[in-house]
Amino acid sequence: MQYETVIGLEVHVELATNSKIFCSCSAHSFGAEPNAHVCPACCGMPGMLPVVNKRVVDYGMKAGLMLNCDINRVTTFDKKSYYYPDLPAAYQTTQWFAPVAVNGLVEIETSKGKKQVRIKQIHMEEDAGKLVHDIREDTTHVDYNRTSVPLIEIVSQPDLSSAEEVEAYLERLKTLLRYAKVAECEMAHGTMRCDVNLSVRPAGSDVLGVRTEMKNMNSVEAIKRAIEYETARHIDAIENHTEVLVQETRRWDDIKGKSYAMRTKETAGDYRYFPDPNVMPVVIDDEWFDRIKASLPEFPEVKRARYMDEYGLTAYDAEQLTKSIALCECFEAAYSVCKNAKDAANWSISEVMSILNVRKMTYDQLNINGHALGELILLVSEGKVGRANGKKILAAMFEDTALQPLSFAEANHMIMSNDTGLIESVAKAVVEADPKAVSDYKSGKEKALMALFGKCMKELKGNCDPQTLREILVNIVNAQ
Amino acid sequence: MKIVLDDLLLTKDMPTTAGSRMLAGYRSLFDAEVIARLQAAGHTVAGKAAVGEFGFDLLGETSADGALIANGALQNAAAKSVKARKADAAICMDVNGYPRRAAAQSGLISLKPTYGTVSRFGTIPVACSGETVSILAASVADCREVLRAVVGHDDKDGTSLPASDCDRVLQGADTVRKVAVLDVFGGDLSKAEQILTENGVDVCHVDGKIFAAARAAWNILMSAELCNNVSRYDGVKYGYRAQNFTGIDELYTNSRTEAFGDLLKTVILFGSETLSTDNYMKVYDKALRVRRVIKEAFEALFAEYDAVLLPAVSAMTYAPDTVDPFVENGYTAPASITGLPAVVAGGVQVIGNAFSENVLLHIAQLLS
Ligand SMILES: [Zn+2]
Repeated sequence: MQYETVIGLEVHVELATNSKIFCSCSAHSFGAEPNAHVCPACCGMPGMLPVVNKRVVDYGMKAGLMLNCDINRVTTFDKKSYYYPDLPAAYQTTQWFAPVAVNGLVEIETSKGKKQVRIKQIHMEEDAGKLVHDIREDTTHVDYNRTSVPLIEIVSQPDLSSAEEVEAYLERLKTLLRYAKVAECEMAHGTMRCDVNLSVRPAGSDVLGVRTEMKNMNSVEAIKRAIEYETARHIDAIENHTEVLVQETRRWDDIKGKSYAMRTKETAGDYRYFPDPNVMPVVIDDEWFDRIKASLPEFPEVKRARYMDEYGLTAYDAEQLTKSIALCECFEAAYSVCKNAKDAANWSISEVMSILNVRKMTYDQLNINGHALGELILLVSEGKVGRANGKKILAAMFEDTALQPLSFAEANHMIMSNDTGLIESVAKAVVEADPKAVSDYKSGKEKALMALFGKCMKELKGNCDPQTLREILVNIVNAQ
Repeated sequence: MKIVLDDLLLTKDMPTTAGSRMLAGYRSLFDAEVIARLQAAGHTVAGKAAVGEFGFDLLGETSADGALIANGALQNAAAKSVKARKADAAICMDVNGYPRRAAAQSGLISLKPTYGTVSRFGTIPVACSGETVSILAASVADCREVLRAVVGHDDKDGTSLPASDCDRVLQGADTVRKVAVLDVFGGDLSKAEQILTENGVDVCHVDGKIFAAARAAWNILMSAELCNNVSRYDGVKYGYRAQNFTGIDELYTNSRTEAFGDLLKTVILFGSETLSTDNYMKVYDKALRVRRVIKEAFEALFAEYDAVLLPAVSAMTYAPDTVDPFVENGYTAPASITGLPAVVAGGVQVIGNAFSENVLLHIAQLLS
């Protein structure tokens, strides 16, 4: 029999606000000392009252609008109770009754074509802390730096049916949220985490099978492996009655490549949701809504089309650039200075890309000044700086974001020389120092001329038009 | 003025226990907002007064330090300090009416201001949707002076009302023409009625049956919120930690079992049940709806009357272990659940419309 997998995702995304959701502690503690970013509020001491960080609501709305959701104009916060040492107040403030955004739609594209994935809701909530287990001492330490860092949870409908679609969906969420600059969405940094709900049914059936949930998945590859494993396990159970499927939460062990049922104790429980009386309903008036709506970026597809129409870029270049909003911004700033879209695109794609690869950075970590890139492109296209030196300057721009290409080129002797007298004297000296190369060339060995050319270029530190040098060099050698 | 604070207000330089063994010796890292406001107005903190465990009992009898009893009757610590002039006034958390009961039984004035007009920042959270910083004083003039110091908007409290609303508390009119007596609560209010009538106030009796429902609804809401608010005391971060445990579950269970008193445990169990998935709509949500109905009933009354008169207590003394706080609070629950201001003076209670503190203080002046 043919089966189909039915998958719904709950994706947790850390919002990139400066401060936490209900207090003024920094929300960025990656690499910080444990418990360096805590206050009585976010470590559960009594007496501090939650005051909603409006920026979190801004970002929640932006995320909702990017995913084509309806925004709840009155959105409320609720308490979810459970005991765990990483949750200092023993409740998490979340949105249960009136989440910020509902009924969204996200389009994904896979080898099978385009597909719409429905979004059930997006709610805002606070993150929990981290437990650090010390095996030597057999103790557990708690780090509250992450408690109350704002999250959104994006809940999809069970509209996904393969690992490939899940990957495309996650990639799409990442792109859209990064375009809106509300989140980093980096699974490796823990700023995007995923719960996978999966069931299997005979193809074409409209009855859902038994659903299992795998929580806290934190790499796309692991998610893909887990989906394949779970699908096979479900089909095996249905066809061969190897086990009875039950609705449960399972833990994915990526090293063993297996999923395990979690002890019921870890999953059972009634969260006792109720409205948080300390957080007044957040009322999103027209002024607020319109301001957020106006701040949304161009969607990637719109940008791509505009790059082709307005700048005459190829479909390939437009596609490459619009993969990342950081790259788009770099390109657009460079173009605004150099006014040559093809050059700006080439430099932004190939040259920037090769440096990012060397430095093991992603497009989104791109931090160079696009205007400076535009100036650099002008220096090269006007023949003031050689292309090879141009690349060196670009590499230096990654180190120093305030770098001015022209003054850097001058200070480092990278300005091209039009002084033919200087070129002639250098070429003459090189030729006279190497009579063997001259005779080799004259006896037909073209390569010998290349060696002389290289030596001259080196003497001139690359600051010379190759064509001019070549002409001068040939004349001198022939005159010998 | 010298002000005593009840032990639900957090203080940096004195321990704050909330009357619970769980918080024995607990030191807050910060002061309650009202302390700064009192000091800014030139008042001084004279010390702290014991409260019952998390402040929801009758008069403080469930305090970890034991009940205060004099002549076979329960006493309240804050009221005792004010009565003995050790302090000129007390700031108390009115979670479940104890300051109003204490005032009624000891001949003091208690004012519970409109919810949201005095900052709750730095108070131990118990039943946040209704609890209010309140004032216990020997005279209306003292009460008014303390009120002037503590009322005002605070950005640190998300439920704090805008400054314009807080101003109404201090600047509202104090005219009293008509007062309704709520017959459903019984009690002998004849003396108060007579004083009001003599002062030209039109006193009318209304049945007010709906207001009796406040008690059950408030007991549900208060217990649920309390259960959630005290769940943070788990022996992990601060406060009492059991000596013997293996594993985290036992650490929680043993610490809470050993540190919490019986009444608190009962309320935790009850509150927890009201919020369970099975009961939420049947119990908790219904209590929220009752709250709305009672608010509307008060609004209807205040369209015609300036204030509402009712008892504050069932008896002028409580013998230990004879009065159930979850029955006795029927008198205080209507103002607790709605957040309306209430005053106790001359042994009776008067509830007013939101921001009508001046009306209430005017009546209190007549009654005392
Ligand atoms: Zn904090």
